[in-house]
Amino acid sequence: MNLMMLLEMASSAFGDRIAVGSKDGSGVSYSALYSNSGRAAEIFRNSPAEKVAFLDTSSVALPTALFGSAWAGLPFVPLNYRLTETEIHELGSEIAPAVGITSASMRGPLEEVPQFETIEREGFLSQASSGDVPDADWSMDPDQIAILLFTSGTTGAPKAAVLRHSHLVSYILGSVEFMGAGDEEATLVSVPPYHVAGMAALCSSVYAGRRIVQLPNFDPSSWIDLAIAESITHAMVVPTMLSRIVEELENRPGVSIDSLRALSYGGGKMPRPVIEKALHLFPNTNFVNAYGLTETSSTISVLGPEDHRDALESDEEAVRRRLSSAGKPLPNLEVSIRDEEGKVLQTGISGEIWVKGEQVSGEYLGHGTKLTDDGWFPTNDGGFLDESGYLFVEGRIDDIIIRGGENISPGEIEETLLTHSEIRDAAAFGIPDTHWGEVIVTAIVTTGESDLSATEVKEFVKNQLRSSRTPDHVVIVDELPYNETGKLLRRVLRENLSSLSIDEG
Amino acid sequence: MELRAGSRLKSAVCDTEVIAVKAPAEDLDIRCGGVPMTDPTNSEGESGTPVEGADGGTLMGKRYVNPEETLELLCTKPGTGSLGVGDTLLEIKESKPLPASD
Repeated sequence: MNLMMLLEMASSAFGDRIAVGSKDGSGVSYSALYSNSGRAAEIFRNSPAEKVAFLDTSSVALPTALFGSAWAGLPFVPLNYRLTETEIHELGSEIAPAVGITSASMRGPLEEVPQFETIEREGFLSQASSGDVPDADWSMDPDQIAILLFTSGTTGAPKAAVLRHSHLVSYILGSVEFMGAGDEEATLVSVPPYHVAGMAALCSSVYAGRRIVQLPNFDPSSWIDLAIAESITHAMVVPTMLSRIVEELENRPGVSIDSLRALSYGGGKMPRPVIEKALHLFPNTNFVNAYGLTETSSTISVLGPEDHRDALESDEEAVRRRLSSAGKPLPNLEVSIRDEEGKVLQTGISGEIWVKGEQVSGEYLGHGTKLTDDGWFPTNDGGFLDESGYLFVEGRIDDIIIRGGENISPGEIEETLLTHSEIRDAAAFGIPDTHWGEVIVTAIVTTGESDLSATEVKEFVKNQLRSSRTPDHVVIVDELPYNETGKLLRRVLRENLSSLSIDEG
Repeated sequence: MELRAGSRLKSAVCDTEVIAVKAPAEDLDIRCGGVPMTDPTNSEGESGTPVEGADGGTLMGKRYVNPEETLELLCTKPGTGSLGVGDTLLEIKESKPLPASD
């Protein structure tokens, strides 16, 4: 099994359709994407690289490099271009020897990495678009690594989740109908390449035969304009994007995206006011809520369009609240809710979400697998199943803050705060927010004589880390709560928050 | 022949080609059009026609399974023969199409 077999099928069944590009016919067809991937594979094979990195925004170079890596039998490693230069340099060193597709403005931090060759996007695309196409000689070993995706784990140190061809191909075969898309269908991809949804969107669209339109840098007004101009029928957004699209549409009365048939959202908790507004702004659009993880090859449960309508129209609270659920698990997966000892809990009781199935990896490069002996993956997400089998997700058990779809480790912020000479102790945690999903609160204990202000604390963090790590709120407290074994009780802090005075500045 | 996930097979009597998505660890007499399937690298072209009763054809992108669902073949090229193990025909694995989620 190999991701290339998906593209090979697409190329042989509907090779003339546009794979990536505009409805005016400019773009790359499936047969051209196939040939270009073969030539890209040659480029990769002719270098000493053992991995193919991608440090760039979305363009047609992305699917070309992804499928080219699959053809060449090398892991494809999209890197987060929003990381600091130091972080990118470190990830580059970790994956070398490698070849990286990048752009002039981004290649800097990879230049100095030993055994790391960079190729600029334009040069890569021109090399990949002419010359001989190799024979279809990719390996069909299902255990070969297809994609490595760096996620920030509980400690904040990035770990690469390993997705093998068997995981991704199982996911696609189990959830997408081959050539299921009509000629006129087009999907707008605005999630970045380094997000599992960005990778899954490429594979799903290729297998369904749905034209891909890419928006490299999301902003709500470009998203709306592009959706209208390209007669977009399908799109996937993270909650923050939907919230900004809703705001923008409210400011542009009379503007509507009539072609949009299906809008799926996921990647974090969707505030209910946002989804309710969106349902009213898009009365003819089917809404899909997808829940999944990097380690599970994207989606594991789906709240479909009928569920959304039923929930909106129902008088029963049990049905209405399903709007806040992640829907039902995919048919080829098993989901169960477990206690701390791994025992299955009763319906309705909260615990840890466990999942099992062929698309589930649960493995990290150099760290082994998190799967149990009988193949279950403990997701580290809390949640419960209701009586009808709907899955409710309650957030990360290990306290990671998900702000605007970005996973933020509290530990990283705490460590930074503790380097300040006037800060004695610090804790970071997330609280729900209608715009960002969650925002960052830091509780700090200052040294005796300090008169540190909230603004100074925020500035300090902003200067050390990137802006998305800046605390939204700073609370100054006398002591932080710990348990007897010295573990910080963020939960207690969160619960006590209402009685603390929050600085809004 | 013994299959493993990822193995490719080609019909001896029609255009059908499949990839094994799931395969049990045992020798299986996998046929298309009633005739044992071959390795696609085999340079001999197809000859003859599917036998009666095994001529329903295959559909691209469909998955075919045995009754126990221990064998699953993905059709990557359609043809006029039907897939089977011995004399038992495989059936299309019905799947409820899911709404696009990514």
